[in-house]
Amino acid sequence: MPTEAPEAPQAPEERRRGTLTSGRGRLADPIFKWIVAGCGTLVLIILALMVIRTTSEAWPVFAKEGFFGFLLGDEWTSGGSRTEITGTYGAWPFIYGTLVTAAIAIVIALPLSIMVAVYLTHMAPPRLAKPLSYTVELLAAVPSVIFGLWGLHWFLPNVMRPFFDWLEGVLGWFFLFEGPVLGVGYLPAGIVLAIMILPIMTAIVREVIAVQPLDQQMAAYAMGSTRWEVITKVVLPASFSGIVAAAMLGLGRALGETIAVLMLIGGSQAWGASLFGTGSSMASHIAATFGEATPETRTALMAIGVALFLVTMIVNILARVIVWRLGQTKGDAAV
Amino acid sequence: MSVSNTAANPRDPESGVTAPDTAAKGRSTPELGEPVFDVSGLSVVYGTNRAVRDVDLKVGPQQITAMIGPSGCGKSTVLRTLNRMNDLIPGARVEGKVTYHGEDLYAPEVDPIEVRRRIGMVFQKPNPFPKSIYDNVAYGPRINGMRGNMDEIVEQSLTKAALWDEVKDKLKDNAFALSGGQQQRLCIARTIAVNPEVILMDEPCSALDPIATLKIEDLMYELASEYTIVIVTHNMQQAARVSDRTAFFTASVDEAGDRFGNLVEYDETSTIFSKPSDQRTEDYIAGRFG
Ligand SMILES: Nc1ncnc2c1ncn2[C@@H]1O[C@H](COP(=O)(O)OP(=O)(O)O)[C@@H](O)[C@H]1O
Ligand SMILES: [Mg+2]
Repeated sequence: MPTEAPEAPQAPEERRRGTLTSGRGRLADPIFKWIVAGCGTLVLIILALMVIRTTSEAWPVFAKEGFFGFLLGDEWTSGGSRTEITGTYGAWPFIYGTLVTAAIAIVIALPLSIMVAVYLTHMAPPRLAKPLSYTVELLAAVPSVIFGLWGLHWFLPNVMRPFFDWLEGVLGWFFLFEGPVLGVGYLPAGIVLAIMILPIMTAIVREVIAVQPLDQQMAAYAMGSTRWEVITKVVLPASFSGIVAAAMLGLGRALGETIAVLMLIGGSQAWGASLFGTGSSMASHIAATFGEATPETRTALMAIGVALFLVTMIVNILARVIVWRLGQTKGDAAV
Repeated sequence: MSVSNTAANPRDPESGVTAPDTAAKGRSTPELGEPVFDVSGLSVVYGTNRAVRDVDLKVGPQQITAMIGPSGCGKSTVLRTLNRMNDLIPGARVEGKVTYHGEDLYAPEVDPIEVRRRIGMVFQKPNPFPKSIYDNVAYGPRINGMRGNMDEIVEQSLTKAALWDEVKDKLKDNAFALSGGQQQRLCIARTIAVNPEVILMDEPCSALDPIATLKIEDLMYELASEYTIVIVTHNMQQAARVSDRTAFFTASVDEAGDRFGNLVEYDETSTIFSKPSDQRTEDYIAGRFG
């Protein structure tokens, strides 16, 4: 017991001092609310300004080619005018290049990231799992130009090229794998993109899987499930929305990636079905030509920027719709 | 209460049972019969901690065996040795012998997956899957490749778990929408659906309110006509109400100062609660009933 009581027990009337309207809560919470709302609005305003500005700069190109003419036209001939649009601008080869490389990347990276995440959470010996998880997270922070350099100078000649030659030999009759194998092209760009987005996707999937409640897994084991069944029937379905989130993030990165794609896709303005063919993505084409572009071409590159924004948004919305639909049919509470 | 009429049923009042009535709803204690589990010299080691030592226990068929005792005395640990759930805990090791119908559960050729299919388990906290009520019950039959009409299996299992009437119109609803007591009965239905012989229950009511608890107790009582049930409970009235036999565990300290769980006394529930032969049992029961 303290010998001195600095605050003696108060009399009941003391405790009723002040009014009920003078508390801190009346001011603090509204202020906090306004700060947060303000920041949110600011982000929206910046986004809106960006969209309006690029669209209005790109407007002359859309006006000349037509909106769908620009998106679906496959001829790109720059003109040299300062004041009007004299060339022909069709962005399809670049849109195609973007979609194909991103699709290759996600098709490879999604199953791989799930498998690695399952290994890290459920199979790796604990002593190995920790350092491996850290390494994966570290890889996610490697700048993309490094991936590009490594892909171009080591991975392409030593691994991918021999693999492509073999693939062409076996599946060359199939239009996706028709020769000739040039080295750079959609497939190597897509594969390096896959390697690039693998770490961040794995890190997210691992996190999602790791927090799945153990008691549900124990229940599954107690009914005679094998580990495989527990993972595929209990853990992964419950992780579904998290896995889709990881895929969306990876896809977003793949769609917008510039430098690594620029180094590996071949940089041509052509497009074709064979994955061994060369081309350009929207981002890589902007980066490759913006420096020396005439004012007129810059306008056209702005239009590609607008198209990239649209494509990214559409892909995201589609992904969300898919999640929502699947979530409905599964009665998934987690979505 | 439903008692099936097979002559071999040890619950059948006509089958020559001589034991006196227990507190358990006035029914008489069946004889032990041919044991389902025969545990002898069982010790469980977690890493370097010999947490449970020298347990001997026989569990009779189609009756309810309760394990009671203070928390940390190894009840859950012993229960998990009966369906090899301890295999899933890294560093856990089982010594001694556990037989299931005379067969060594820990023989190298025994498949723990098959063991768990026959010996189901219900846990302390209701743990349904984040799926529909239907899919929760159908999970086990599906993975075990059970043939037959799935709708029928689901209905039967839910009926046996006394849940069918409450959920028959919302089988597609997510199981998380159910109350705690309903979720626990769903977990029991899910366990029943794979057609086990034994159901192990680890404090199945400790997360439930008294009314839900009574429902589960009634259910256990019903199920005991068909299944062998081993229940861990910290609630002694519950053990007294539902069980035929009771094992009292306690925590002891060895010469080295290490705590370990051990079995003090195992007998018919009526005996344990009226005239226990060990002072520690008497103290524990008296203390709790205060
Ligand atoms: N998963 C585990 N890992 C390590 N030690 C454990 C584990 N589960 C239980 N133990 C040990 O075994 C002892 C008995 O625990 P438990 O079987 O859960 O007791 P009860 O169910 O009677 O409360 C505990 O004191 C603890 O030291
Ligand atoms: Mg316990």
